[in-house]
Amino acid sequence: MEVTLGHYLGLSAILFTIGVFGIFVNRKNIIVILMAIELILLSVNINLVAFSVFNGTITGQVFAMLVLTVAAAEAAVGLAILVVYFRNRGEIAVDDVNMMRG
Amino acid sequence: MQLIAFYILSTVVVLSALFVISSRNPVHSVLWLILSFFTAAGLLVLIGAEFLAMLLVVVYVGAVAVLFLFVVMMLDVDFKQMRKGFADYFVVGGMIGLALLAELAIIATAANTDQVRNFDPSPGADTNAEALSNVLYTDYLLLFQMAGIVLLVAMIGAIVLTLRHRPDVKRQNVGDQIARRRENAVEVLDVNPGQGASIRKENEK
Repeated sequence: MEVTLGHYLGLSAILFTIGVFGIFVNRKNIIVILMAIELILLSVNINLVAFSVFNGTITGQVFAMLVLTVAAAEAAVGLAILVVYFRNRGEIAVDDVNMMRG
Repeated sequence: MQLIAFYILSTVVVLSALFVISSRNPVHSVLWLILSFFTAAGLLVLIGAEFLAMLLVVVYVGAVAVLFLFVVMMLDVDFKQMRKGFADYFVVGGMIGLALLAELAIIATAANTDQVRNFDPSPGADTNAEALSNVLYTDYLLLFQMAGIVLLVAMIGAIVLTLRHRPDVKRQNVGDQIARRRENAVEVLDVNPGQGASIRKENEK
């Protein structure tokens, strides 16, 4: 028995669920929320690459590269916002971020 | 053999992802995240997508995870009190996660993936990197350039967000240095014998 597309889709689904679950349970810790988002993007990448390889088309891997780019940019900007927020507030609890409420 | 490797690697990925979201110390979370990315790269090598796997190691492990590590260690945060809401959100988060997993399982079992039999990680080329670069610089050139612009904007944005000028730090002002003329920098005084220059200046006032 060989590795099939279904194996990779199942793994990707489990990883995606773990990422969403991580966002819900770590409501106060924005660093872990960002890490959970990275996990979700990793699962998306695995899904795209698996479909690309098992279909014999290269497009999915190009798309996965673009997702990788956006993930890196998102992590950089997110962590920069986090650093600025910590500088202003002295804490990073995100469940009481209501400074911008009008 | 391939299947055994897949199961070992995927078990490591899932376990380390679980440790990422559940470990008490965010530094440990980042280290588990690195393990998770590394093993995912192994999974991509398993199906022949070598270039994406190496890209995953370079970008995620080399850049993103180290960035996380820097920020986690730089911020002096009380991590104990950030765990407070864990138990409150565990039930609702678990229910939503289970619902999501059930939906994905329904889709995965309903979709007919058996007809996908055209396994080829590098179509029309010898290696995976060659196949990717054949289309990346021709068909998807615009997308490639736009990805570069996204990275540039993110870089500038991160710098603009975190840059600050602290007033207590002395900085070099190149404009002032160049605009400095002889007239406002040097003063020629006619000093009398036995008197210093500063004394004579006070007398003139």
